Amino acid sequence: MYQLLKQIIVTGIKTEVPPVADEALRVIAQRLEKAMLDTLGRALVIRQIDAGSCNGCELEIHALGNAYYNLEGLGIRFAASPRHADLLLVTGPVAKNMEVALKRAYDATPEPKLVVAVGECGCGGGIFGESYASCGRVANVIPVDVAVPGCPPTPLALMQGILTAIGGK
Amino acid sequence: MQILNHSLQFEALPGALAAYRATADEARLLSFASSVRQSGGRFVALWGSDERDRNAGFALHAAFGIAEGLALVTLPLPADNPEYPDLAEIFPAANRLQRATYDLLGIRSRGEDQRPWLRHANWPADYFPLRRDSDPAQQFETQNEEYAFVRVEGDGVHEIPVGPIHAGIIEPGHFRFSIVGEKVLRLEQRLGWTHKGIEKRFEQLPLSDGYKLAGRVSGDTTVAFSWAYCLAAETLTGCTPPPRALWLRALLLERERIANHLGDLGYLGNDAALSFGLAQFLRLKEDWQRLSDQLFGHRYLMDRIVPGGVACDLPPGGGALMLAQCESIEREVRILKDIYDEHAGLQDRFLTTGRLLPALAGELSISGLVGRASSQTWDLRGQNPIAPYDQLNVQVASHRNGDVAARVAVRFDEIFEALRATRQILVVLTDELCRDLIEPLPSARDGAFGVGWIEGWRGDVLVALEAGPDGSIRRCHCHDASSRIWPALEHAVMGNIVPDFPLINKSFNLSYSGQDV
Repeated sequence: MYQLLKQIIVTGIKTEVPPVADEALRVIAQRLEKAMLDTLGRALVIRQIDAGSCNGCELEIHALGNAYYNLEGLGIRFAASPRHADLLLVTGPVAKNMEVALKRAYDATPEPKLVVAVGECGCGGGIFGESYASCGRVANVIPVDVAVPGCPPTPLALMQGILTAIGGK
Repeated sequence: MQILNHSLQFEALPGALAAYRATADEARLLSFASSVRQSGGRFVALWGSDERDRNAGFALHAAFGIAEGLALVTLPLPADNPEYPDLAEIFPAANRLQRATYDLLGIRSRGEDQRPWLRHANWPADYFPLRRDSDPAQQFETQNEEYAFVRVEGDGVHEIPVGPIHAGIIEPGHFRFSIVGEKVLRLEQRLGWTHKGIEKRFEQLPLSDGYKLAGRVSGDTTVAFSWAYCLAAETLTGCTPPPRALWLRALLLERERIANHLGDLGYLGNDAALSFGLAQFLRLKEDWQRLSDQLFGHRYLMDRIVPGGVACDLPPGGGALMLAQCESIEREVRILKDIYDEHAGLQDRFLTTGRLLPALAGELSISGLVGRASSQTWDLRGQNPIAPYDQLNVQVASHRNGDVAARVAVRFDEIFEALRATRQILVVLTDELCRDLIEPLPSARDGAFGVGWIEGWRGDVLVALEAGPDGSIRRCHCHDASSRIWPALEHAVMGNIVPDFPLINKSFNLSYSGQDV
């Protein structure tokens, strides 16, 4: 226990300053009212959905939880159910095999809801494109508010996209 | 030449990898597979190809791992009613690959289990995407599938369906647990959700660009897959990358191994309720990736290995930075290992949990770190080393308990060994080595074949590549060790309690995208 406590103290606090919102990432105009956004901004719940990614984007979404980015420190956390979520963070070209599951998760998310599409594939189909097995970009299947490009997008870019979706908090 | 004293005549493929190829009839394919099994070899991969435009039918290709290297056996099949004998009777790991091959190409094994694997009723049963006359752009209505799970019946038995969307930041898959109380009687996996038509997509890319797609078969294994692809492309064109490029490739591969092991060790602590471990290891992983980004321009090292060489060099001063980081990471990982080892609560969760016994691991052809934690000491870096691993003398980690604790121990051992190898590589790179980074890829002969086989952090990945006319790709098959290891997870969780499943699953940490190809 001594070693564990010592390690925590020696490590110190690593959290860095979060990025600011970037309206250029927005795909469609903000649909939520300011009062709503002000409420969401301090307690946003995200449901992440891998709709067919190569798992590269998931690695960076995991990194959002590390001490440097400390997403939870901003009041933003991930939930296990879409029914508890305010925002869906969707990766991948949408695989045909995931199309129904993604639509169901979207329908299960209570209004008002936001969708952030992640990565080259989520934004435009990426290298996989559209085919017998791929629906391409996320917006081909559900409405998307903000799109964050990158292969994969860095944790800072992801934070920026999420913060943009909720109006720059 | 002959292998395992079998009558099949193999020819050695050119290139760095020890690989041998033969064409067989049904009887000799089966007898060769049996010889591999009896000699302690393993099944590696299975795929098919459409040869009807060459005045032939179809072909089935099977790859086996033997002491000499990789043995590839091709079985020609007729155009009408293409069927082949069930290899799963000799190597159970062939089952899902045979079903996937049917879904993609319409060539059928004579095995009993004919359930679809990659096809989830989202394209018609008579549409086979990898047939050369199938239109890849064709789109179909998606439907809901009724999959025939094996039912467990008895007093008090009930099912827990999980997925495809999981309760965390994880790739999609479906797990069907049959349980009594808390105890898992049976787990059945239904995978294939992230199938996105990668192998058909390859056929639309030039040979010189395919490494990018190979590097996105499984994002966490991008270095291993792009190296395997490039090795295949170099084999079939007769290209030898400059020595410096090969040393840099090994450096990148070991960086990928360490990054993933650091992350896994954190999540393994977290899944046993020690969130301190997650915070610490993710911090180290972030430090590691920031240096990758600083030195090579990408946090996950995507697209750094290219056909003929590498697209990046160690920048001036980079060696010193990396050496300093190796030292600090090693010091911290040793502190954290001591904390893990001495944490009674953690060890209570790790020890004897999710055991995969060595005999079963052998029967299922389990390789990679999961295999090494169950006495299957396969590691291409140690056994069939290609340059520069022939000079690195990698010590293969192994353990025989096959539980979560063993898989944790193997990860720790592999981090330390990869750090040692990294230091050795850096000595060579900072020495007077020729600065050339790339050898232009000669044009490929139509029909030329090459194979790449690389030990990624999770296990071996294989890329089999055949060139088409004018620098195109005729067929590219990518195989991740996950495809073979997934069924072992079904065995490892039996008799454990449901709440231990996330921990056991994390200790395997298999790729969904890599298996769904």
